[in-house]
Amino acid sequence: MAFVSTSEFKNGLKVMLDGDPATILESEFVKPGKGQAFNRVKLRNLKTGRVIERTFKSGDTLETADVVDVEMQYLYNDGELWHFMVPESFEQYAADSNAVGDAKKWLKEQDICILTLFNNIPLAVQPPNFVELTIVETDPGVRGDTSGGGGKPATLDTGAVVRVPLFVQTGEVIKVDTRTGEYVSRVK
Amino acid sequence: MSNRAPSDWRPSCSPAMLRRRAELLRKIRQFFAEREVLEVETPLLSHGTVTDPHLSVFSTAYGGDPSQRLYLQTSPEFAMKRLLAAGTGSIYQICKAFRNEEYGRFHNPEFTLLEWYRVGFGLDELIEETDALLRMVSQATRNLAPSEHTSYRGAFLTHAGLDPLDAGLEDFADCASRHGLQEAAEIGGADRAIWLDLLFSHLVQPRLGRNRFTFVRDFPAILPSLARFKSNDERLVERVEVFLDGMELGNGFFELNDPLEQERRFDRDIAARLDAGRPVPEKDGRLLEALQAGLPDCAGIAIGVDRLLLGLNRLEAIAETLAFPLATA
Repeated sequence: MAFVSTSEFKNGLKVMLDGDPATILESEFVKPGKGQAFNRVKLRNLKTGRVIERTFKSGDTLETADVVDVEMQYLYNDGELWHFMVPESFEQYAADSNAVGDAKKWLKEQDICILTLFNNIPLAVQPPNFVELTIVETDPGVRGDTSGGGGKPATLDTGAVVRVPLFVQTGEVIKVDTRTGEYVSRVK
Repeated sequence: MSNRAPSDWRPSCSPAMLRRRAELLRKIRQFFAEREVLEVETPLLSHGTVTDPHLSVFSTAYGGDPSQRLYLQTSPEFAMKRLLAAGTGSIYQICKAFRNEEYGRFHNPEFTLLEWYRVGFGLDELIEETDALLRMVSQATRNLAPSEHTSYRGAFLTHAGLDPLDAGLEDFADCASRHGLQEAAEIGGADRAIWLDLLFSHLVQPRLGRNRFTFVRDFPAILPSLARFKSNDERLVERVEVFLDGMELGNGFFELNDPLEQERRFDRDIAARLDAGRPVPEKDGRLLEALQAGLPDCAGIAIGVDRLLLGLNRLEAIAETLAFPLATA
């Protein structure tokens, strides 16, 4: 097990806090004149997503968390678990609903995602920044309307609902930014 | 803190900030020239060093010989007191000071300190003069409210709802959990000094000196540093700190001049360092000899010049006041 001291704390460092892996968001060194120094640290619990503020005495140590990000291809959902594969090694991983979280509405088979593994178990799934999905249902728009003012909701083949311009029709493939959930363009 | 990209050669502060620093130094020198306080220089590199349990010192070896240990000073206080004992009268110095392992938004391990000593002054006169200096240098850049004066106890009662002198360990823990510091009990333990540092720095200090200078005086005797005990209340020492926007700018004392008490504090510090498994420096024998020869009654204060520049210009971090903070030094 590796330990890091407060002086090595930096943003993005993964540590164990109260038995859960957490990532350091911010560490501020606080020292009253000639007194004891502290580090005020903001962390995100990687299991629950909760942000925690914690004070440490400078020089205290935390165990580092065995957390790695790995690129994997999404294979399929068996109704309970989402299955992924590392393309180079064909190694497969199964993520539960908690780990997949909001990413589930963007997952299309064969897309490359980033899986965060903790002790080799998927902790979180990050979908690609842009995905191309097919519209399975949207109101017919007025042909020739390109102003887009406000748009209309469209349901995609993964179940996600995004706002699209009025001219976009059912059956078309569109590009969506998964970070904002916004329509980017039609895909020819 | 390692070497970074080649583009890192540029200074981290603006050219305007270099000019403001020069202007600030000019005003400080003018202030002391008008008051006939003598500017002095003492070594940055010295044989002796401080024993403060919470200070970490840079050291080196003369000629690479480990028996010839030299320390980068954490403050010029010992050398300046030797000058005072030799009869210089009131003196001031603008110099670099070094504190290992202190690095953050308001800390750089190498920083600029203004330190001065006034022979014949008590804490009241020192506070008055510090306020006059700070208000003079702030005039052109910030429109501050009149300075505020409080006792350590008063500041604690107002901002943390706790009496720092009477409180027991349970009171400290209650206060901490009331303010959402659940982990405090583990940090503070049975150490009253750590409890005070923790609660002061987390609950009190951030609320001090909003758009004004706040002077906090009369510290508990368990945080004595180099201050004298208060003559009418042995639970307190004659120590003052000054804050701006929740940031500590300086620390001053009615200076301890009793060599026996000074040596007791050195011994206590050294015991604390041994307990904590930290390196133990030798007591500075030359300071003790100077105190035996006789330090005149005097009061002195050290002000962090980089932080003063930061506060006056409402900057976010000390790096914005420095040409080359440690990361690019």
